[in-house]
Amino acid sequence: MLESVRDLLPIIAVIAFFQLLILRQPIPDLGGLLVGTLLVVIGLTLFIHGLKVGLFPIGESMAHDFARKGSLFWLLAFAFALGFGTTVAEPALIAVADEAAKVAATGGMIDKSEEAMQSYADGLRLTVALSVGLAIVIGVLRIIKGWPIQYVIVGGYIGVVIMTFFAPPEIIGIAYDSGGVTTSTITVPLVTALGVGLASSIQGRNPLTDGFGLIAFASLTPMIFVMGYGMIL
Amino acid sequence: MAYFSHFLTALVSTLRDVLPIAIILFGFQLVILRKRIPNLRQILIGFVFVLLGLAFFLEGLEQALFPLGKLMAEQLTAPDFMGIADGGSGGWSNYLWVYVFAFAIGFSTTIAEPSLIAVAIKANQVSGGAIGTWGLRIAVAIGVAVGISMGAYRIVTGTPLHYYIIAGYILVVIQTLFCPKSIVALAYDSGGVTTSTVTVPLVAALGLGLANNIPGRNPLLDGFGLIAFASLFPIMSVMGYAQLSEWRAQRDKRSRSETERN
Repeated sequence: MLESVRDLLPIIAVIAFFQLLILRQPIPDLGGLLVGTLLVVIGLTLFIHGLKVGLFPIGESMAHDFARKGSLFWLLAFAFALGFGTTVAEPALIAVADEAAKVAATGGMIDKSEEAMQSYADGLRLTVALSVGLAIVIGVLRIIKGWPIQYVIVGGYIGVVIMTFFAPPEIIGIAYDSGGVTTSTITVPLVTALGVGLASSIQGRNPLTDGFGLIAFASLTPMIFVMGYGMIL
Repeated sequence: MAYFSHFLTALVSTLRDVLPIAIILFGFQLVILRKRIPNLRQILIGFVFVLLGLAFFLEGLEQALFPLGKLMAEQLTAPDFMGIADGGSGGWSNYLWVYVFAFAIGFSTTIAEPSLIAVAIKANQVSGGAIGTWGLRIAVAIGVAVGISMGAYRIVTGTPLHYYIIAGYILVVIQTLFCPKSIVALAYDSGGVTTSTVTVPLVAALGLGLANNIPGRNPLLDGFGLIAFASLFPIMSVMGYAQLSEWRAQRDKRSRSETERN
Protein backbone atom coordinates (compact mmCIF):
# COMPACT_ATOMS: atom_id res chain seq x y z
CA MET A 1 0.00 0.00 0.00
CA LEU A 2 2.78 2.37 0.98
CA GLU A 3 4.65 1.43 -2.16
CA SER A 4 1.64 2.23 -4.30
CA VAL A 5 1.43 5.64 -2.68
CA ARG A 6 5.05 6.20 -3.60
CA ASP A 7 4.38 5.10 -7.18
CA LEU A 8 1.67 7.68 -7.52
CA LEU A 9 3.36 10.55 -5.75
CA PRO A 10 5.13 11.86 -8.88
CA ILE A 11 1.88 12.25 -10.83
CA ILE A 12 0.23 14.09 -7.97
CA ALA A 13 3.25 16.37 -7.61
CA VAL A 14 3.29 17.16 -11.33
CA ILE A 15 -0.41 17.93 -11.45
CA ALA A 16 -0.28 20.10 -8.34
CA PHE A 17 2.79 21.99 -9.57
CA PHE A 18 1.42 22.82 -13.00
CA GLN A 19 -2.12 23.52 -11.87
CA LEU A 20 -1.22 25.79 -8.97
CA LEU A 21 2.04 27.44 -10.03
CA ILE A 22 2.08 27.55 -13.81
CA LEU A 23 -1.57 27.71 -14.79
CA ARG A 24 -2.45 29.38 -11.48
CA GLN A 25 -5.83 27.81 -11.17
CA PRO A 26 -7.52 26.13 -8.26
CA ILE A 27 -7.91 22.38 -8.40
CA PRO A 28 -11.51 21.67 -9.38
CA ASP A 29 -13.33 19.12 -7.24
CA LEU A 30 -10.57 18.40 -4.76
CA GLY A 31 -12.67 15.83 -2.89
CA GLY A 32 -13.29 13.82 -6.07
CA LEU A 33 -9.61 13.96 -6.87
CA LEU A 34 -8.68 12.55 -3.47
CA VAL A 35 -11.27 9.76 -3.68
CA GLY A 36 -10.06 8.88 -7.16
CA THR A 37 -6.43 8.81 -6.06
CA LEU A 38 -7.35 6.54 -3.16
CA LEU A 39 -9.06 4.16 -5.62
CA VAL A 40 -5.96 4.15 -7.81
CA VAL A 41 -3.76 3.33 -4.81
CA ILE A 42 -6.04 0.47 -3.71
CA GLY A 43 -6.22 -0.81 -7.29
CA LEU A 44 -2.48 -0.78 -7.81
CA THR A 45 -1.87 -2.60 -4.53
CA LEU A 46 -4.41 -5.34 -5.36
CA PHE A 47 -3.08 -5.67 -8.90
CA ILE A 48 0.54 -6.11 -7.83
CA HIS A 49 -0.50 -8.70 -5.25
CA GLY A 50 -2.58 -10.59 -7.83
CA LEU A 51 0.35 -10.47 -10.22
CA LYS A 52 2.62 -12.19 -7.74
CA VAL A 53 0.22 -14.93 -6.64
CA GLY A 54 -1.71 -15.44 -9.89
CA LEU A 55 -0.35 -14.24 -13.22
CA PHE A 56 3.36 -14.91 -12.70
CA PRO A 57 2.95 -18.45 -11.30
CA ILE A 58 0.54 -19.64 -13.98
CA GLY A 59 2.62 -18.14 -16.79
CA GLU A 60 5.73 -19.86 -15.52
CA SER A 61 4.12 -23.19 -14.68
CA MET A 62 2.60 -23.39 -18.16
CA ALA A 63 5.97 -22.54 -19.72
CA HIS A 64 7.58 -25.38 -17.74
CA ASP A 65 4.83 -27.82 -18.69
CA PHE A 66 5.08 -26.96 -22.38
CA ALA A 67 8.84 -27.35 -22.27
CA ARG A 68 8.48 -30.76 -20.62
CA LYS A 69 5.73 -31.88 -22.99
CA GLY A 70 8.13 -31.15 -25.84
CA SER A 71 5.53 -30.45 -28.53
CA LEU A 72 6.72 -27.45 -30.49
CA PHE A 73 3.45 -27.23 -32.40
CA TRP A 74 1.28 -26.78 -29.33
CA LEU A 75 3.71 -24.36 -27.74
CA LEU A 76 3.64 -22.17 -30.83
CA ALA A 77 -0.14 -22.52 -31.06
CA PHE A 78 -0.38 -21.34 -27.46
CA ALA A 79 1.99 -18.44 -28.18
CA PHE A 80 -0.10 -17.36 -31.15
CA ALA A 81 -3.38 -17.65 -29.25
CA LEU A 82 -2.00 -15.61 -26.38
CA GLY A 83 -0.75 -12.83 -28.68
CA PHE A 84 -3.82 -12.75 -30.91
CA GLY A 85 -6.41 -13.25 -28.19
CA THR A 86 -5.12 -10.59 -25.86
CA THR A 87 -4.71 -7.98 -28.60
CA VAL A 88 -7.86 -8.27 -30.66
CA ALA A 89 -10.10 -6.95 -27.86
CA GLU A 90 -7.61 -4.45 -26.43
CA PRO A 91 -9.48 -1.15 -25.81
CA ALA A 92 -6.47 1.03 -26.67
CA LEU A 93 -6.21 -0.72 -30.02
CA ILE A 94 -9.90 -0.26 -30.74
CA ALA A 95 -9.49 3.47 -30.12
CA VAL A 96 -6.45 3.72 -32.39
CA ALA A 97 -8.14 1.72 -35.16
CA ASP A 98 -11.15 4.04 -35.14
CA GLU A 99 -8.84 7.04 -35.28
CA ALA A 100 -6.95 5.49 -38.18
CA ALA A 101 -10.18 4.96 -40.11
CA LYS A 102 -10.93 8.68 -39.73
CA VAL A 103 -7.48 9.54 -41.08
CA ALA A 104 -7.91 7.18 -44.01
CA ALA A 105 -11.30 8.68 -44.85
CA THR A 106 -9.94 12.23 -44.65
CA GLY A 107 -7.02 11.29 -46.83
CA GLY A 108 -9.40 9.88 -49.45
CA MET A 109 -8.09 6.33 -49.14
CA ILE A 110 -11.53 4.97 -48.33
CA ASP A 111 -15.11 6.23 -48.61
CA LYS A 112 -16.28 8.60 -45.95
CA SER A 113 -19.23 6.37 -45.12
CA GLU A 114 -19.76 4.87 -41.69
CA GLU A 115 -19.64 1.36 -43.15
CA ALA A 116 -16.35 1.76 -44.99
CA MET A 117 -14.72 3.26 -41.92
CA GLN A 118 -15.97 0.48 -39.65
CA SER A 119 -14.70 -2.25 -41.96
CA TYR A 120 -11.36 -0.45 -42.29
CA ALA A 121 -11.04 -0.23 -38.50
CA ASP A 122 -11.99 -3.89 -38.03
CA GLY A 123 -9.51 -4.98 -40.68
CA LEU A 124 -6.79 -2.96 -39.02
CA ARG A 125 -7.54 -4.51 -35.63
CA LEU A 126 -7.34 -8.02 -37.06
CA THR A 127 -4.09 -7.12 -38.80
CA VAL A 128 -2.52 -5.88 -35.59
CA ALA A 129 -3.76 -8.88 -33.60
CA LEU A 130 -2.35 -11.25 -36.23
CA SER A 131 0.96 -9.43 -36.13
CA VAL A 132 1.16 -9.67 -32.33
CA GLY A 133 0.34 -13.39 -32.47
CA LEU A 134 3.10 -13.83 -35.02
CA ALA A 135 5.47 -11.76 -32.89
CA ILE A 136 5.02 -14.01 -29.85
CA VAL A 137 5.53 -17.07 -32.07
CA ILE A 138 8.79 -15.65 -33.44
CA GLY A 139 9.86 -14.63 -29.95
CA VAL A 140 9.20 -18.12 -28.52
CA LEU A 141 11.09 -19.69 -31.44
CA ARG A 142 13.98 -17.38 -30.70
CA ILE A 143 14.08 -18.49 -27.07
CA ILE A 144 14.04 -22.15 -28.10
CA LYS A 145 16.70 -21.76 -30.77
CA GLY A 146 18.77 -19.30 -28.76
CA TRP A 147 19.09 -16.71 -31.52
CA PRO A 148 20.64 -13.47 -30.24
CA ILE A 149 17.84 -10.94 -29.98
CA GLN A 150 19.65 -8.03 -31.58
CA TYR A 151 19.80 -9.70 -35.02
CA VAL A 152 16.08 -10.33 -35.07
CA ILE A 153 15.26 -6.84 -33.81
CA VAL A 154 17.61 -5.11 -36.25
CA GLY A 155 16.01 -7.15 -39.01
CA GLY A 156 12.65 -5.81 -37.83
CA TYR A 157 13.96 -2.24 -37.80
CA ILE A 158 15.12 -2.62 -41.39
CA GLY A 159 11.65 -3.91 -42.23
CA VAL A 160 10.07 -0.84 -40.61
CA VAL A 161 12.38 1.54 -42.48
CA ILE A 162 11.75 -0.09 -45.84
CA MET A 163 7.99 -0.07 -45.30
CA THR A 164 8.14 3.61 -44.32
CA PHE A 165 9.37 4.52 -47.80
CA PHE A 166 6.50 2.75 -49.52
CA ALA A 167 3.60 3.30 -47.14
CA PRO A 168 1.17 6.19 -47.70
CA PRO A 169 2.34 9.10 -45.51
CA GLU A 170 -1.03 9.36 -43.71
CA ILE A 171 -0.65 5.92 -42.15
CA ILE A 172 2.93 6.26 -40.87
CA GLY A 173 2.11 8.08 -37.63
CA ILE A 174 -0.60 5.58 -36.71
CA ALA A 175 1.58 2.64 -37.65
CA TYR A 176 4.41 3.84 -35.43
CA ASP A 177 2.03 4.45 -32.54
CA SER A 178 0.31 1.09 -32.92
CA GLY A 179 3.49 -0.63 -31.82
CA GLY A 180 3.21 0.98 -28.41
CA VAL A 181 -0.45 0.49 -27.66
CA THR A 182 -0.81 -3.22 -28.28
CA THR A 183 0.65 -4.58 -25.08
CA SER A 184 -1.86 -4.33 -22.27
CA THR A 185 -1.42 -4.43 -18.54
CA ILE A 186 -2.44 -8.09 -18.28
CA THR A 187 -0.57 -9.28 -21.37
CA VAL A 188 2.80 -7.91 -20.30
CA PRO A 189 3.19 -9.85 -17.02
CA LEU A 190 1.88 -13.07 -18.59
CA VAL A 191 4.09 -12.90 -21.65
CA THR A 192 7.10 -11.98 -19.53
CA ALA A 193 6.47 -14.93 -17.21
CA LEU A 194 6.09 -17.21 -20.23
CA GLY A 195 9.40 -16.09 -21.72
CA VAL A 196 11.33 -16.27 -18.48
CA GLY A 197 9.74 -19.64 -17.62
CA LEU A 198 10.67 -21.09 -21.02
CA ALA A 199 14.22 -19.80 -20.87
CA SER A 200 14.73 -21.27 -17.42
CA SER A 201 13.32 -24.70 -18.38
CA ILE A 202 15.40 -25.11 -21.54
CA GLN A 203 18.98 -26.14 -20.99
CA GLY A 204 21.59 -23.65 -22.09
CA ARG A 205 19.26 -20.65 -22.00
CA ASN A 206 19.69 -17.79 -19.61
CA PRO A 207 16.43 -16.33 -18.24
CA LEU A 208 17.82 -12.80 -18.38
CA THR A 209 19.37 -12.72 -21.86
CA ASP A 210 16.92 -15.13 -23.50
CA GLY A 211 13.76 -14.85 -21.42
CA PHE A 212 12.99 -11.23 -22.15
CA GLY A 213 12.30 -9.86 -25.59
CA LEU A 214 8.80 -11.14 -26.35
CA ILE A 215 7.26 -7.70 -25.74
CA ALA A 216 9.87 -6.13 -27.99
CA PHE A 217 8.68 -8.24 -30.91
CA ALA A 218 5.06 -7.53 -30.07
CA SER A 219 5.69 -3.81 -30.39
CA LEU A 220 7.69 -4.10 -33.61
CA THR A 221 5.59 -6.30 -35.91
CA PRO A 222 2.41 -4.17 -35.69
CA MET A 223 4.31 -1.24 -37.22
CA ILE A 224 5.27 -3.30 -40.26
CA PHE A 225 1.86 -4.89 -40.63
CA VAL A 226 -0.11 -1.66 -40.25
CA MET A 227 1.98 0.02 -42.94
CA GLY A 228 1.42 -3.04 -45.11
CA TYR A 229 -2.30 -2.75 -44.47
CA GLY A 230 -2.19 0.91 -45.50
CA MET A 231 -0.43 0.01 -48.75
CA ILE A 232 -2.82 -2.75 -49.78
CA LEU A 233 -5.98 -0.75 -49.15
CA MET B 1 -25.18 4.93 -5.81
CA ALA B 2 -23.93 6.62 -8.98
CA TYR B 3 -20.39 5.85 -7.89
CA PHE B 4 -21.27 2.24 -7.38
CA SER B 5 -22.93 1.68 -10.75
CA HIS B 6 -20.04 3.46 -12.41
CA PHE B 7 -17.61 1.16 -10.68
CA LEU B 8 -19.68 -1.82 -11.76
CA THR B 9 -19.30 -0.76 -15.41
CA ALA B 10 -15.55 -0.53 -14.91
CA LEU B 11 -15.55 -4.00 -13.36
CA VAL B 12 -17.52 -5.46 -16.26
CA SER B 13 -15.23 -3.92 -18.85
CA THR B 14 -12.14 -5.24 -17.02
CA LEU B 15 -13.79 -8.64 -16.88
CA ARG B 16 -14.22 -8.44 -20.65
CA ASP B 17 -10.47 -7.81 -21.00
CA VAL B 18 -9.45 -10.59 -18.64
CA LEU B 19 -11.91 -13.23 -19.85
CA PRO B 20 -10.34 -14.08 -23.25
CA ILE B 21 -6.95 -14.41 -21.55
CA ALA B 22 -8.35 -16.67 -18.86
CA ILE B 23 -10.09 -18.82 -21.49
CA ILE B 24 -6.87 -19.23 -23.48
CA LEU B 25 -4.84 -20.06 -20.38
CA PHE B 26 -7.23 -22.55 -18.83
CA GLY B 27 -8.22 -23.97 -22.23
CA PHE B 28 -4.65 -24.88 -23.11
CA GLN B 29 -4.01 -26.07 -19.58
CA LEU B 30 -6.96 -28.46 -19.57
CA VAL B 31 -7.12 -29.61 -23.19
CA ILE B 32 -3.49 -29.66 -24.30
CA LEU B 33 -1.39 -29.96 -21.19
CA ARG B 34 -4.01 -32.02 -19.33
CA LYS B 35 -2.45 -31.35 -16.01
CA ARG B 36 -3.91 -30.14 -12.81
CA ILE B 37 -2.78 -26.63 -12.07
CA PRO B 38 -0.63 -26.55 -8.94
CA ASN B 39 -2.07 -24.22 -6.31
CA LEU B 40 -5.19 -23.66 -8.38
CA ARG B 41 -6.96 -21.94 -5.51
CA GLN B 42 -4.17 -19.47 -5.01
CA ILE B 43 -3.97 -18.71 -8.73
CA LEU B 44 -7.70 -18.11 -8.97
CA ILE B 45 -7.50 -15.79 -5.99
CA GLY B 46 -4.66 -14.01 -7.80
CA PHE B 47 -6.87 -13.53 -10.85
CA VAL B 48 -9.61 -12.05 -8.69
CA PHE B 49 -7.06 -9.66 -7.19
CA VAL B 50 -5.86 -8.64 -10.66
CA LEU B 51 -9.42 -8.13 -11.82
CA LEU B 52 -10.48 -6.03 -8.84
CA GLY B 53 -7.18 -4.17 -8.80
CA LEU B 54 -7.43 -3.14 -12.45
CA ALA B 55 -11.06 -2.11 -12.04
CA PHE B 56 -10.25 0.10 -9.04
CA PHE B 57 -7.18 1.45 -10.78
CA LEU B 58 -8.99 2.43 -13.99
CA GLU B 59 -11.99 3.78 -12.13
CA GLY B 60 -9.78 5.99 -10.00
CA LEU B 61 -7.82 7.22 -13.01
CA GLU B 62 -10.96 8.05 -14.92
CA GLN B 63 -12.60 9.77 -12.01
CA ALA B 64 -9.71 11.91 -10.91
CA LEU B 65 -6.45 11.98 -12.76
CA PHE B 66 -7.48 11.77 -16.40
CA PRO B 67 -9.98 14.65 -16.43
CA LEU B 68 -7.57 16.95 -14.64
CA GLY B 69 -4.56 15.86 -16.71
CA LYS B 70 -6.47 16.32 -19.93
CA LEU B 71 -7.76 19.70 -18.81
CA MET B 72 -4.22 20.77 -18.03
CA ALA B 73 -2.95 19.59 -21.40
CA GLU B 74 -5.68 21.68 -23.02
CA GLN B 75 -4.88 24.74 -20.94
CA LEU B 76 -1.17 24.50 -21.58
CA THR B 77 -1.68 24.17 -25.31
CA ALA B 78 -4.33 26.92 -25.51
CA PRO B 79 -3.25 29.67 -27.96
CA ASP B 80 -3.54 32.32 -25.22
CA PHE B 81 -1.25 30.51 -22.85
CA MET B 82 1.34 29.77 -25.50
CA GLY B 83 1.29 33.37 -26.68
CA ILE B 84 0.32 32.59 -30.25
CA ALA B 85 -3.22 33.99 -30.07
CA ASP B 86 -2.32 36.80 -32.47
CA GLY B 87 -1.65 34.24 -35.21
CA GLY B 88 2.14 34.21 -35.21
CA SER B 89 3.75 30.90 -34.40
CA GLY B 90 6.41 32.67 -32.35
CA GLY B 91 9.17 30.09 -32.60
CA TRP B 92 9.66 26.96 -30.60
CA SER B 93 10.69 28.69 -27.34
CA ASN B 94 7.14 29.92 -26.70
CA TYR B 95 6.28 26.37 -25.92
CA LEU B 96 8.78 25.95 -23.11
CA TRP B 97 6.13 24.98 -20.54
CA VAL B 98 4.70 22.46 -22.95
CA TYR B 99 8.04 20.66 -23.10
CA VAL B 100 8.46 20.79 -19.33
CA PHE B 101 4.95 19.42 -18.90
CA ALA B 102 5.60 16.71 -21.50
CA PHE B 103 8.73 15.66 -19.65
CA ALA B 104 7.10 15.70 -16.22
CA ILE B 105 3.95 13.88 -17.26
CA GLY B 106 5.97 11.29 -19.21
CA PHE B 107 8.16 10.60 -16.20
CA SER B 108 5.45 10.50 -13.56
CA THR B 109 2.94 8.38 -15.48
CA THR B 110 5.63 5.84 -16.32
CA ILE B 111 6.53 5.41 -12.65
CA ALA B 112 2.89 4.52 -11.97
CA GLU B 113 2.56 2.16 -14.96
CA PRO B 114 1.56 -1.31 -13.62
CA SER B 115 3.03 -3.32 -16.51
CA LEU B 116 6.42 -1.69 -16.01
CA ILE B 117 6.28 -2.58 -12.31
CA ALA B 118 5.59 -6.19 -13.36
CA VAL B 119 8.57 -6.34 -15.70
CA ALA B 120 10.82 -4.68 -13.10
CA ILE B 121 9.84 -7.25 -10.45
CA LYS B 122 10.60 -10.09 -12.86
CA ALA B 123 13.91 -8.58 -13.99
CA ASN B 124 14.96 -8.14 -10.39
CA GLN B 125 14.16 -11.79 -9.60
CA VAL B 126 15.85 -13.18 -12.67
CA SER B 127 19.02 -11.12 -12.31
CA GLY B 128 19.35 -12.16 -8.67
CA GLY B 129 18.92 -8.56 -7.54
CA ALA B 130 21.58 -7.12 -9.86
CA ILE B 131 18.96 -5.06 -11.67
CA GLY B 132 17.20 -2.89 -9.11
CA THR B 133 13.46 -2.41 -9.60
CA TRP B 134 13.72 1.31 -8.98
CA GLY B 135 16.84 1.72 -11.10
CA LEU B 136 15.10 0.13 -14.07
CA ARG B 137 11.87 2.03 -13.57
CA ILE B 138 13.62 5.37 -13.26
CA ALA B 139 15.76 4.67 -16.32
CA VAL B 140 12.63 3.83 -18.34
CA ALA B 141 10.77 6.86 -16.97
CA ILE B 142 13.58 9.19 -18.02
CA GLY B 143 13.50 7.64 -21.47
CA VAL B 144 9.76 8.19 -21.78
CA ALA B 145 10.08 11.74 -20.46
CA VAL B 146 12.73 12.66 -23.03
CA GLY B 147 10.75 10.85 -25.73
CA ILE B 148 7.51 12.72 -25.07
CA SER B 149 9.24 16.10 -24.97
CA MET B 150 10.99 15.34 -28.25
CA GLY B 151 7.66 14.23 -29.68
CA ALA B 152 6.08 17.52 -28.55
CA TYR B 153 8.94 19.41 -30.17
CA ARG B 154 8.33 17.50 -33.38
CA ILE B 155 4.65 18.43 -33.41
CA VAL B 156 5.56 22.09 -32.78
CA THR B 157 8.11 22.19 -35.58
CA GLY B 158 6.14 19.94 -37.92
CA THR B 159 9.13 17.87 -39.04
CA PRO B 160 8.46 14.39 -40.44
CA LEU B 161 8.15 11.67 -37.81
CA HIS B 162 10.11 9.00 -39.62
CA TYR B 163 13.35 11.00 -39.65
CA TYR B 164 13.38 10.95 -35.86
CA ILE B 165 12.43 7.31 -35.60
CA ILE B 166 15.02 6.15 -38.12
CA ALA B 167 17.72 8.22 -36.39
CA GLY B 168 16.59 6.64 -33.12
CA TYR B 169 16.90 3.15 -34.60
CA ILE B 170 20.45 3.88 -35.73
CA LEU B 171 21.34 5.04 -32.22
CA VAL B 172 19.78 1.91 -30.70
CA VAL B 173 21.79 -0.31 -33.02
CA ILE B 174 25.05 1.48 -32.16
CA GLN B 175 24.30 1.27 -28.43
CA THR B 176 23.52 -2.44 -28.77
CA LEU B 177 27.05 -3.03 -29.99
CA PHE B 178 28.58 -1.49 -26.90
CA CYS B 179 26.26 -2.34 -24.04
CA PRO B 180 26.39 -5.46 -21.80
CA LYS B 181 24.73 -8.32 -23.66
CA SER B 182 22.69 -9.43 -20.66
CA ILE B 183 20.58 -6.26 -20.69
CA VAL B 184 19.80 -6.08 -24.43
CA ALA B 185 16.58 -8.12 -24.39
CA LEU B 186 15.25 -6.33 -21.32
CA ALA B 187 16.05 -2.95 -22.85
CA TYR B 188 14.15 -3.79 -26.04
CA ASP B 189 11.22 -4.98 -23.94
CA SER B 190 11.07 -1.80 -21.93
CA GLY B 191 10.20 0.07 -25.11
CA GLY B 192 6.92 -1.77 -25.37
CA VAL B 193 5.79 -1.92 -21.77
CA THR B 194 5.98 1.74 -20.97
CA THR B 195 2.98 2.96 -22.80
CA SER B 196 -0.21 1.53 -21.52
CA THR B 197 -3.04 2.33 -19.13
CA VAL B 198 -1.77 5.48 -17.49
CA THR B 199 0.45 7.07 -20.10
CA VAL B 200 -1.49 6.74 -23.33
CA PRO B 201 -4.64 8.77 -22.53
CA LEU B 202 -2.73 11.71 -21.01
CA VAL B 203 -0.12 11.79 -23.74
CA ALA B 204 -2.74 11.51 -26.46
CA ALA B 205 -4.53 14.54 -24.97
CA LEU B 206 -1.30 16.53 -25.10
CA GLY B 207 -0.61 15.58 -28.71
CA LEU B 208 -4.13 16.38 -29.78
CA GLY B 209 -4.07 19.74 -28.01
CA LEU B 210 -0.82 20.72 -29.68
CA ALA B 211 -1.87 19.59 -33.14
CA ASN B 212 -5.21 21.37 -32.79
CA ASN B 213 -3.83 24.73 -31.69
CA ILE B 214 -0.58 25.24 -33.52
CA PRO B 215 -1.21 26.90 -36.85
CA GLY B 216 -0.55 24.66 -39.83
CA ARG B 217 -0.88 21.37 -37.98
CA ASN B 218 -3.57 18.85 -38.76
CA PRO B 219 -4.75 16.98 -35.65
CA LEU B 220 -5.41 13.86 -37.67
CA LEU B 221 -1.94 13.71 -39.16
CA ASP B 222 0.32 15.43 -36.64
CA GLY B 223 -1.30 14.37 -33.37
CA PHE B 224 0.19 10.89 -33.66
CA GLY B 225 3.74 9.89 -32.97
CA LEU B 226 4.12 10.67 -29.27
CA ILE B 227 3.61 7.03 -28.31
CA ALA B 228 6.21 6.00 -30.87
CA PHE B 229 8.73 8.32 -29.25
CA ALA B 230 7.77 7.04 -25.82
CA SER B 231 8.47 3.46 -26.92
CA LEU B 232 11.79 4.23 -28.57
CA PHE B 233 13.65 6.33 -26.02
CA PRO B 234 13.42 3.93 -23.05
CA ILE B 235 15.41 1.40 -25.09
CA MET B 236 18.26 3.90 -25.21
CA SER B 237 17.96 5.00 -21.59
CA VAL B 238 17.89 1.42 -20.25
CA MET B 239 20.99 0.49 -22.26
CA GLY B 240 22.59 3.68 -21.06
CA TYR B 241 21.71 2.76 -17.47
CA ALA B 242 23.32 -0.68 -17.95
CA GLN B 243 26.46 0.87 -19.40
CA LEU B 244 26.65 3.26 -16.49
CA SER B 245 26.20 0.51 -13.88
CA GLU B 246 28.80 -1.65 -15.59
CA TRP B 247 31.24 1.22 -15.69
CA ARG B 248 30.63 1.99 -12.02
CA ALA B 249 31.05 -1.67 -11.01
CA GLN B 250 34.35 -1.81 -12.85
CA ARG B 251 35.54 1.36 -11.23
CA ASP B 252 34.61 0.01 -7.78
CA LYS B 253 36.40 -3.24 -8.49
CA ARG B 254 39.49 -1.37 -9.61
CA SER B 255 39.55 0.87 -6.56
CA ARG B 256 38.91 -2.13 -4.28
CA SER B 257 41.81 -4.10 -5.73
CA GLU B 258 43.97 -1.04 -5.32
CA THR B 259 43.09 -0.69 -1.65
CA GLU B 260 43.76 -4.39 -1.14
CA ARG B 261 47.17 -3.99 -2.65
CA ASN B 262 48.03 -1.09 -0.38
